[in-house]
Amino acid sequence: MLLAEKNIKEVACDAPNSQETGERGLALLKYLILGVMFGIVFVKAEIISWFRIQEMFRLDSFHMYGVIGSAIVTGIISIQLIKRLKIKSISGEEINIPTKEFRKGQIYGGFIFGLGWAITGACPGPLFAQIGSGFTVVLVTLLSAIAGTWVYGKFSHKLPN
Amino acid sequence: MNQFIDWVSQPWPWYVAGPLIGLTVPALLILGNKSFGISSSLRHVCAICVPAKIPFFQYNWKKETWNLVFVLGVMIGGFVATTFFSNPEEIVIATQTKADLTALGITDFSGLMPSDIFTWENIFTAKGLIFFVLGGFLVGFGTRYAGGCTSGHAIMGISSLQWPSLVATIFFMAGGFLMTQVFIGPLMKLAGF
Repeated sequence: MLLAEKNIKEVACDAPNSQETGERGLALLKYLILGVMFGIVFVKAEIISWFRIQEMFRLDSFHMYGVIGSAIVTGIISIQLIKRLKIKSISGEEINIPTKEFRKGQIYGGFIFGLGWAITGACPGPLFAQIGSGFTVVLVTLLSAIAGTWVYGKFSHKLPN
Repeated sequence: MNQFIDWVSQPWPWYVAGPLIGLTVPALLILGNKSFGISSSLRHVCAICVPAKIPFFQYNWKKETWNLVFVLGVMIGGFVATTFFSNPEEIVIATQTKADLTALGITDFSGLMPSDIFTWENIFTAKGLIFFVLGGFLVGFGTRYAGGCTSGHAIMGISSLQWPSLVATIFFMAGGFLMTQVFIGPLMKLAGF
């Protein structure tokens, strides 16, 4: 029970899934389609470009700040609309956004991720889109990112958090 | 149709791409009561393939299959965009960035990624070790330690007005600035540029 509770709490920090009813097979197709659309935007806005990330961290271009900033503004407006109009999910459930609790990991981990982001030119989403775009060597980067995730999982209880 | 393809093949400006990315947030919430986040897919891969009895990887990953389907979609989207709507022109990047990167040893500015770094020939070299292995490791380790990446914290977290996500985002940027402004030069020398 304790372990289960702990896991729910930890999963809640990732991409929490509040849907009560299970989804299998064709029901998952909508996420595939959404992912495809998302991947196309990533490539067409050149977010997956190592050059664009360099530009951002050299403060030489507004492009990435514009993309992330306008995405956040769109997200804020959408969530406010969902909350105020009490919009339900298509399966009729009340939409739930779990609270993220503050941990020191957001500082240390965030900083470590930032270092890696500037080297690879990609956060996790663009990694997948880069591979799809034909930069297949990024598979190595992805495998290493999975290894990094695993090492964090292995030693998470020993790290300051 | 050809006109449409020409039009869609140009690089999209930020004010088109940003809102489209932002719309992923309500789309996932309404389609399946799910919070947007991508780095969790890396955790699910660990939980499925090498859980090794580590408590962090003991959870019902079957419920999270959607996340893996989503990232598979992102990969396919990358393929579709590159195959059918590829920009025929060279990427246009800021003059200053181009000058700085040229000084660091980058010579290829023709595509989205410089072939000076991102090719299979580099895999067993210092370039591969730094740009693929070290970079990837920091991304995977850091995002999980932080509990999310640009999508989960910067977009989903800040959109839902959660201040811990703002803290995480500030430190993503801090790490990126430090790497780019201070360490990338020496690292590229080390990699043989």
